[in-house]
Amino acid sequence: MNVIIDNFPLYLNGFLQTLRICAFAALGSLVLGTVIAGFRVSPVPPLRWVGTAWVTVFRNCPLTVVLFFCAFGLPEIGVNGAYFWFGVTGLVLYTSAFVCEAVRSGINSVPAGQAEAARAVGLTFSQSLSSVVLPQALRTVVPPLGSVVIAMIKNSAIAGAFGIGGDLFAVGDTLTSARGEAALPVLLGVVIGYLVITIPSGLLLAWLERKVAIAR
Amino acid sequence: MTEPNTTAPMIRLAAVDKFFGPLHVLKQITLDVPRGQVVVVLGPSGSGKSTLCRAINRLEPIDAGRIEVDGSPLPAEGKDLARLRAEVGMVFQSFNLFAHKTILENVTLAPVKVRKLPVAQARKTALELLERVGIANQADKYPAQLSGGQQQRAAIARALAMRPKVMLFDEPTSALDPEMVQEVLDVMTALAADGMTMLVVTHEMGFARKAAHRVIFMSDGEVVEDSTPSEFFTAPKSGRAKDFLGKILTH
Repeated sequence: MNVIIDNFPLYLNGFLQTLRICAFAALGSLVLGTVIAGFRVSPVPPLRWVGTAWVTVFRNCPLTVVLFFCAFGLPEIGVNGAYFWFGVTGLVLYTSAFVCEAVRSGINSVPAGQAEAARAVGLTFSQSLSSVVLPQALRTVVPPLGSVVIAMIKNSAIAGAFGIGGDLFAVGDTLTSARGEAALPVLLGVVIGYLVITIPSGLLLAWLERKVAIAR
Repeated sequence: MTEPNTTAPMIRLAAVDKFFGPLHVLKQITLDVPRGQVVVVLGPSGSGKSTLCRAINRLEPIDAGRIEVDGSPLPAEGKDLARLRAEVGMVFQSFNLFAHKTILENVTLAPVKVRKLPVAQARKTALELLERVGIANQADKYPAQLSGGQQQRAAIARALAMRPKVMLFDEPTSALDPEMVQEVLDVMTALAADGMTMLVVTHEMGFARKAAHRVIFMSDGEVVEDSTPSEFFTAPKSGRAKDFLGKILTH
């Protein structure tokens, strides 16, 4: 177990790097996924096609392939940047498809009369979505979105393996491969790092679920 | 396209057809509603009267024909349609108040978002309207905390807050407990007396007799009779109308 204590600064840095990746990726995928969900229920057919195509592509491609594309494909078409952002982009693209479907199920759970009434008083489609439908969809959406976000946090390890550098997964890799430490205690430290993020996330979501349930 | 003018009827339907799959729910409907007129649409269920009402603000798109509101044809989906709907008040059978907003917020939402009124002004107008429909003391409650009659009166206030040119009522009292029907009809009667153009789909014969200028009787997607209330109730011309009145007026 000494390996964890001895390398605590390294673990801490890895933990913070993972936290950074997850924060950006969560924010990005929640926003993007919600927008795509709006596309999928839009009255404008081309927007619906874009939304459906988006989900079909990113939900059905392995995350590894999406990350490969971001890390090696994007530079080939002239997009350059830090690996950190390529990793975050890959996670956002992949996760947004799942966020979209969770949000869309929430939208479908709101009675049709609510959207009809919103349109009947003169709200545009986007206004009725943002002021009437989405706030009511939120309640249904919190539990499945929670699962999506937690899955994304764990998927950040794959992005880490792509050489974003310095995240929890990379810490484990450095200690075991480069320094030849025993795998078991090293990985235990890595696991603790992830749990410190995922378990409070779950608690936060449970709290959020109670909060939006009362606000009615 | 004609400019809105005072001589055009408030609502004009010309040869409107609507299908639900193989079902022909509106058959060549042609109908003018002059401004200020209160029209009650009667008919057995499945006669197409709700569809007719919902077609006027394009909640149901039609398959053929033409609908004009205040001289302008109904726009296709988009910003123009939203603008038209802001001018056409709609009251639903199931109220459809925004469940996550208070009664006051329900009434101020569209004036603030669509008409861009300052919040303070929208609230003031909303409270006046809630006063008018008799539920000002419920302003800060949520829809689920109100009775059906109160909810429907709030829904009328919500529609009136947009200062609509015309009001559509789609069976406004059909989902209410019997003792709450009258309070909603009273609000509608007052509105009719104020000169609002109204198209009311209902089964309330008392309201039709008292407040309507004109009765439209629909059956199987067609306008079968178009007359005054007294004429319709005392001397219906068609067999289908006689049959319908026989069923509802005997008990």
